[in-house]
Amino acid sequence: MARIVVDPVTRIEGHLRIEAQLEGSRISDAWSSGTMFRGIEIILRNRDPREAWIWTQRICGVCTMVHALASVRAVEDALQIEVPDNARIVRNLIAGSQMVQDHVIHFYHLHALDWVDVTLALKADPGKTSSLAQSISNYPKSSATYFKGVQDRVKALVDSGQLSLFASGYWGHPAYQLPPEANLMAVAHYLEALAWQKDFIRIHAVLGGKNPHPQTFLVGGMSTAMDPNEPFAVINPERITFLRKLVKEARQFVEQVYVPDVLAVAGFYKDWFSRGEGLGNFLSYGDYSSGNQKDPGTYLFPRGIIMNRDLSKVLPVDPSQITESVSHSWYEYSGGGEGKHPYDGETNPKYSGPKPPFDFLDVDKKYSWLKAPRYQGKPMEVGPLARVLVAYASGSKEVKDLVDGVLKKFNAPATALFSTLGRIAARTLESLIMAKHLETMVEELDANMSHGKVAIFNPVHWDPDSWPNSARGFGLHEAPRGALGHWVEIEGKSIKNYQAVVPTTWNAGPRDGQGQRGAYEASLLNTPVADPNRPLEILRTIHSFDPCIACAVHVVDAKGRDYTIPKAS
Amino acid sequence: MFEFETELSEVLAKRGISRRQLVRFCSLMLGTLAMPERYLAQVVQAVGKARKPVLIWLQFQDCTGCSESMIRSSHPDVADVVLDLLSWEYHEVIMAGAGKQADAILDRVVRDDKGKYIAVVEGAIPTADGGVYCTIGGHSAMEIAEKVCRNAAATIAVGACAFDGGLVRAAPNPTGALGVQEALPGIKVMNMAGCPHNPVNTAAALVHYLTFNDLPALDQYNRPLFAYGRIIHDQCERRAHYDAGRYVTEWGDEGHRKGWCLYKMGCKGPMATFNCPVAQWNDHTSWPIRAGHGCIGCASPRFWDHMSPFYNRLPNIPGFGVEVSAGEIGLGLTAAVVAGVTAHGLIKMMKPAPKPSEAPAESAKEN
Repeated sequence: MARIVVDPVTRIEGHLRIEAQLEGSRISDAWSSGTMFRGIEIILRNRDPREAWIWTQRICGVCTMVHALASVRAVEDALQIEVPDNARIVRNLIAGSQMVQDHVIHFYHLHALDWVDVTLALKADPGKTSSLAQSISNYPKSSATYFKGVQDRVKALVDSGQLSLFASGYWGHPAYQLPPEANLMAVAHYLEALAWQKDFIRIHAVLGGKNPHPQTFLVGGMSTAMDPNEPFAVINPERITFLRKLVKEARQFVEQVYVPDVLAVAGFYKDWFSRGEGLGNFLSYGDYSSGNQKDPGTYLFPRGIIMNRDLSKVLPVDPSQITESVSHSWYEYSGGGEGKHPYDGETNPKYSGPKPPFDFLDVDKKYSWLKAPRYQGKPMEVGPLARVLVAYASGSKEVKDLVDGVLKKFNAPATALFSTLGRIAARTLESLIMAKHLETMVEELDANMSHGKVAIFNPVHWDPDSWPNSARGFGLHEAPRGALGHWVEIEGKSIKNYQAVVPTTWNAGPRDGQGQRGAYEASLLNTPVADPNRPLEILRTIHSFDPCIACAVHVVDAKGRDYTIPKAS
Repeated sequence: MFEFETELSEVLAKRGISRRQLVRFCSLMLGTLAMPERYLAQVVQAVGKARKPVLIWLQFQDCTGCSESMIRSSHPDVADVVLDLLSWEYHEVIMAGAGKQADAILDRVVRDDKGKYIAVVEGAIPTADGGVYCTIGGHSAMEIAEKVCRNAAATIAVGACAFDGGLVRAAPNPTGALGVQEALPGIKVMNMAGCPHNPVNTAAALVHYLTFNDLPALDQYNRPLFAYGRIIHDQCERRAHYDAGRYVTEWGDEGHRKGWCLYKMGCKGPMATFNCPVAQWNDHTSWPIRAGHGCIGCASPRFWDHMSPFYNRLPNIPGFGVEVSAGEIGLGLTAAVVAGVTAHGLIKMMKPAPKPSEAPAESAKEN
């Protein structure tokens, strides 16, 4: 029995460590540990709840804006503020474009190198690569000359002896299965995606001032003032034309590059439709309302729960059933107890792991800065696969048609979705759906503006003097990586308690008091590892979740420690 | 055209980039650095060196927003920076290798390129409780930073957290977080403040370093003057409205739709310095004030505590108890910046600049 340690797990957001027990050539047990802690929610206490979004946004700069959205929704829920229709649309546009951009970056820049051997691209025949590319897509950049140019660039890099970011890959690992031409095509699209993502995200610059960390959210709406007749309005007809162009190009990129590439690559790795399965429990809060955000019936991605891989039943979501356990996390609960609901949440950081530098964590005790969220005491997987499965099982025609099409292509049953490749496929398919809906959102915004409907902010409770003495509320959002919730308690005019329960905390969290594994830990069980010194297989499954550890490590109310916070005003 | 033409052509051919691409890129960098065109040949030559300088990008208590910002770089394209300008050997969010293969890179660079590589740090360094709040490969952030930054030619701290601890250090600073220059006293550091840093500035500063073998002129906070030397309010596209007394008084009101001044909505532009209004973001598409929201002063020292509450008008900021106008605050701020420049940056700025005809090796020695 050997213990494999992967730390740092790279090509993710944040600081993640995986320890895995090997029996023979398979993983018999695994532990997931977040190794960084900041304490943002401690820092939030006593500050103005109207600016909480500016702070919580910095929980993460990869899924930038998702915490801003959940935060304004939580405060609006607490203060009972309805936002105008235009604010709903602009928020959906910002979040939806984040999802598409994030998913493309994830596949090409964070995940592809687990499946693509860059060095093999040198052996490809550019002519054959061109034929391959043209057989799967009508993307215009597909000539032999184009692929030769990319190959020359890779060759120049290899010949220079300075491999830059590619220096330390597991090149030549037996688990790489793609023919040279597919490798070259993927490398070309790695570079294309790098160029495209920065162009597309200009949509956040228009609607948010910048990316990362767009700066236009407001409790009560958005700061992106609209006016069809004002050249200096943030949203005007000229800007709409620009948005239209960006979302059209995004859809083209997803349809012509991302989707065909994923399907092509998946064809060489069908084994991974039966690996990396995980928990079999899935949670989606649902999001992207076409009208009233309070009504889940209006959501593009529906709300629901699937338990024990049973796609015949979609269970309702009751946010009061969410708790977090710290039995294996470096925190203490006053008075003990296994799980606490976010409203009652408390976090007293108390590190009890080995003193750095260390070789191994003591995984029988506490071993992570992540807490372990549970729904009715059960661990859940969240993210694109959860969203797609809940939509599929709920009978969404748009999702069902796409999913059935992919399953048919690979001659696979629906259960194949519970896998590493299932996560990748779900992420791709929802990008396709979202890219299409982004176009609708721009048209909705344009239609409102053309009809003189320009309200984008509801001023009713901007003034803190209009607030009740105490209030609490929560805001939910389906972020690219899954179900996100913020809970806030306001007293006087400032934050008394703040808590975020974050997608990667659900997925990457450690065991709970009952010893139930988190989603990452469960998904690694039985995974074959060909070479323990180069555990490519671990990366494949962990990356299929798209980890975001900065998001996942959060801390709330530090009742156990005496912090003195200067009053914010 | 250039004397080193033949050599340069060979280098470029080897790297698989055209001469035109390179010259275009170098011109853009000169523009950002506000340097005259006559330096072009020198910049092109420095950038076209046969062996690319090595860069290590470390991430500590961060949100990866500064890495993301870097990959949004448009001029140059991030692919050009990573593949052509530098040998970008370690950067957890995007590098191929993981675990011990990743660790091995750090060890190799520190050993083989000691004193020659550039270290970039993103995120704060926690100093409380023995560094347990951030470990990588079982090593504390402080231990890694000591090893990598102390042996680097120079360290570039990107973003507010690496600059001065940023949000992580905001009260009550639960993890004892510090910026790089305070955590590692005595190292040569340049701070690219901002939340996130603007990649246009960071790329320009890198090119400056590669060309002149020295950091650009810095202010009292070790931020390059070309990016942090001017007050936002003085460069703001809405400034005329301020001067004319036209203010947004409620989000979404007529003034807001017409792009009037956001001072009354809490904008911190009058007391913040940054070239945000000029450099802008995401291929010069926009910046926060254009998008209708006030500035939060994200490139200023300890901005999370000092610039918040973000929606209060400037005089209500702690430390400005008296009723003063934005213009007066701006004036005081300019004086402070100028004082700092005199102490640290101006001396460098006033040094005779190397002539374009001089060989870069000469100017490197001189610096």
